[in-house]
Amino acid sequence: MANVAVDKRALIEGERPIFNASYGKLMMWFFLVSDAFTFSAFLITYGALRFRATSMGISWANPEEVFTHAPILHELFHIEAPLVFVGLMTFILILSSVTMVLAVEAGHRRSKKEVSKWVFWTMIGGITFLSCQAYEWYHFIHGTEGGARLVEVSAMQDIPLPGIDATKQDKVKVFPVWSTKEENSESEIVGLRLSNGRLITDERVPAIWASGTPTTGGANLHVNEYGPPAFADLFFFVTGFHGSHVFSGVVLLLILLINVNKGTYERRGHYEMVEKIGLYWHFVDLVWVFVFTFFYLI
Amino acid sequence: MADEKQITHGSSSFHDEMAEHAHAHHDDHHHGNFITQYIFSTDHKVIAKQFMFTGIVMAILGVSFSLIFRLQLAFPDTSFPFLETLLGKWAPGGHLDPSFYLALVTMHGTFMVFFVLTAGLSGTFSNFLIPLQVGARDMASGFINMLSYWFFFASCVVMIISLFISTGPASAGWTIYPPLSALPQAIPGSGLGMTLWLVSMALFIVSSLTGAINYITTVLNLRTEGMSMDRLPLTIWAFFLTAIIGVLSFPVLFSAALLLIFDRTLGTSFYLSDIFIGGELLHYQGGSPILFQHLFWFLGHPEVYIVLLPALGITSEVVSVHSRKPIFGYKAMIGSMIGITILSFIVWAHHMFVSGMNPFLGTIFMLFTLVIAVPSAIKAFNYIPTLWKGNIQFTPPMLFAIGLVSFFITGGITGIFLGNAALDIPLHDTYFVTAHFHLVMGSASAFGFFAGIYQWFPKMFGRMMNKRLGYIHFWFTFISLYLVFFPMHFMGMGGVARHYYTNTAFQFMEAFLDIQVFITIAAFIGGIAQFIFLWNFIYSIFWGKTAPANPWKANTLEWTTPLHPKHGNWPGDIPKVYRWPYDYSKPGIKEDYLPQHIPDDEVEYEEGYMPDTKIPEREEIPQRERDTEETE
Repeated sequence: MANVAVDKRALIEGERPIFNASYGKLMMWFFLVSDAFTFSAFLITYGALRFRATSMGISWANPEEVFTHAPILHELFHIEAPLVFVGLMTFILILSSVTMVLAVEAGHRRSKKEVSKWVFWTMIGGITFLSCQAYEWYHFIHGTEGGARLVEVSAMQDIPLPGIDATKQDKVKVFPVWSTKEENSESEIVGLRLSNGRLITDERVPAIWASGTPTTGGANLHVNEYGPPAFADLFFFVTGFHGSHVFSGVVLLLILLINVNKGTYERRGHYEMVEKIGLYWHFVDLVWVFVFTFFYLI
Repeated sequence: MADEKQITHGSSSFHDEMAEHAHAHHDDHHHGNFITQYIFSTDHKVIAKQFMFTGIVMAILGVSFSLIFRLQLAFPDTSFPFLETLLGKWAPGGHLDPSFYLALVTMHGTFMVFFVLTAGLSGTFSNFLIPLQVGARDMASGFINMLSYWFFFASCVVMIISLFISTGPASAGWTIYPPLSALPQAIPGSGLGMTLWLVSMALFIVSSLTGAINYITTVLNLRTEGMSMDRLPLTIWAFFLTAIIGVLSFPVLFSAALLLIFDRTLGTSFYLSDIFIGGELLHYQGGSPILFQHLFWFLGHPEVYIVLLPALGITSEVVSVHSRKPIFGYKAMIGSMIGITILSFIVWAHHMFVSGMNPFLGTIFMLFTLVIAVPSAIKAFNYIPTLWKGNIQFTPPMLFAIGLVSFFITGGITGIFLGNAALDIPLHDTYFVTAHFHLVMGSASAFGFFAGIYQWFPKMFGRMMNKRLGYIHFWFTFISLYLVFFPMHFMGMGGVARHYYTNTAFQFMEAFLDIQVFITIAAFIGGIAQFIFLWNFIYSIFWGKTAPANPWKANTLEWTTPLHPKHGNWPGDIPKVYRWPYDYSKPGIKEDYLPQHIPDDEVEYEEGYMPDTKIPEREEIPQRERDTEETE
């Protein structure tokens, strides 16, 4: 940064830049600092709720068992590929940061054609990432075959379930909690998670499980096949918030692309806007590294 | 277009102005039509006035709320028919409805903390003074600055709309703790009213961020030549640090509010767990209400300093100008403000000593909290020696500044009580807390606001406010505020709880009913006294005495502008700065002040004084700068 002299044309009257950055870039930096605090608060929320769950003996979802789908491998070959797809989409996002750097560098040389080219590829990277996220969400929401059972509550009057009114002619979804898989052994059901989030691990488990009919599991904001509902809440909320940032970034890149091609920055005499949007794009990538770590790795 | 051109006196059209903006904020003959000049203006001075007028309207509403619920607290069994006229179904038979009492308390807190003392105070004076005092044509981005005001305006409108809906406005207190605020079944105010509260707050946070980013950038990048960071007026340092606190703390409130919105509308369980309503278990599972408290107070505590620091900055300037003395301990003032800024982020959990937190953790937060007393005391002790042996001019701004110091000390001392976990536990949620923060944050900041208005009114409107009415306003306000809040300490120590609708329901509180009546009478006197200010303020805008160019004989750059500065502030070049802003009563100088923009060789000395023998060390810096420029 320091060796790039600040472009005098990007300054306003009376501006004497500190930190070698024009007012526009400084404003972007401070916005990103504040946005970093917003994301930090979400990740702290993740930590707080996760520790709360585990301290009460509720096991958190294991990402390697949740995110096992990858396109083609899943559809054609039915192969489980834990975390392969998310690795790919992370790689695509980081690659889009590289193309962004190339766009900024071309902007310093005021090469309109190259800026246009690299901004375009960055935008494609962002759109690809968003599409991957849609695929990821689809499978998380859809869940696994036989991941849940529908239990008729009225039939369960002799087995009281916490928080569920047996007098109501209602159906409730229960999700199995499997024992951890060991080599050469079948995993067995050690508990049931009711759709209201309650966990049952006592002697009622086999009777309830047997009384239901298999359905697909999955997750939404109320229930979660793979672990406590808080995991699904946080997953949708945090990756959704990040995804909306990526989406905003794609929109900004589109506007940038149009302006570059119209020659707006050529007339202005500098391509600082590419740098400012570039800062935002790198920030969004950096945030994903943290989101990825929290939800997929630990 | 034809009409537009007529209004602009044919000199330049709206589009020309926009084109000029694209190049630079540069000239002094900007003309727009009425809308671009006074409504959607990008001029920081107009935006500052917009913040001020909106803030004053919100203050009138916020204070009125408190007067209404003060009536209830003092006369719980008396019927006031005018309340039914005013509030309709919320005061059947002239008795305030309990749930609307809670709504009024909530709205009073929200209006005063956010709309008046955050946006009203910081928005007005940061906008008005930063460009003028650092020597800039305008804010770094006038457009974003305009957005900041209009987001604030929208946020005010949404909050005011929430007053009129059938379930009433938010009633969970200005801290909106879940589960009370999360479940519409809990109280009527947690229905649509709470949703509007959250929407309004989201808009407010956007306004606060866009404003703060502009303030920081302007202070860093747009200081005029010679205006180094150690020559900034303390007002600017205070606004700068306030903006930094805002940029770092408001986004966390945004996170907290967004999670709460999800819990309320989409059924997630971030803050909720194991809740029974009417014997039925709700589906919420796995959330933590304490988490909300942590997120909220991570904003909530720094917010106290967002409110207070601008007032302290204004006081520093006013006390120095009207004592005709340099501010005592300029660098200590900056250091203590930086200290407060940093410490404000690591003390939030002292609001949560009774939330069941680990006592060991409580001790750490207690330690940091008590450390804040050090920079605060440095500031208080610097104001007093600034006054000491000064040639004190008892003008209205000076009186309010001294009043601020008084409130700051009185309220600050009780902060040491409440910072102690052991003392906080019995005092928590009593009137002792109410007394503490109303003095140190409420009254002190309000006095900073008044001091600022009286001080810079001549610059804002080119006219003077009436001095005598200013005195009357000051003494009524000062005395009535002490009469209102001082007795609350004793009530609090006696165990009277905040937020209670009626005190007659508890036998031990009946003993304090006389004090409640006393406080309410004092509050009404203080409230009515504000009409003196409003009259003075509005009258002076139109018919006040025309102000001299530099009515207080101050050193800072804003007084070098014309009486009615246009967009761009200075008709010619931006003045350069040659010294710090606090050279008052300097020995050997003819006048008792030495403005920042006077070059060294134009300084007028007293007869017979030999300037060459004593060159103050501060003046070496611009000399060296000029030399290097020449060699370049």
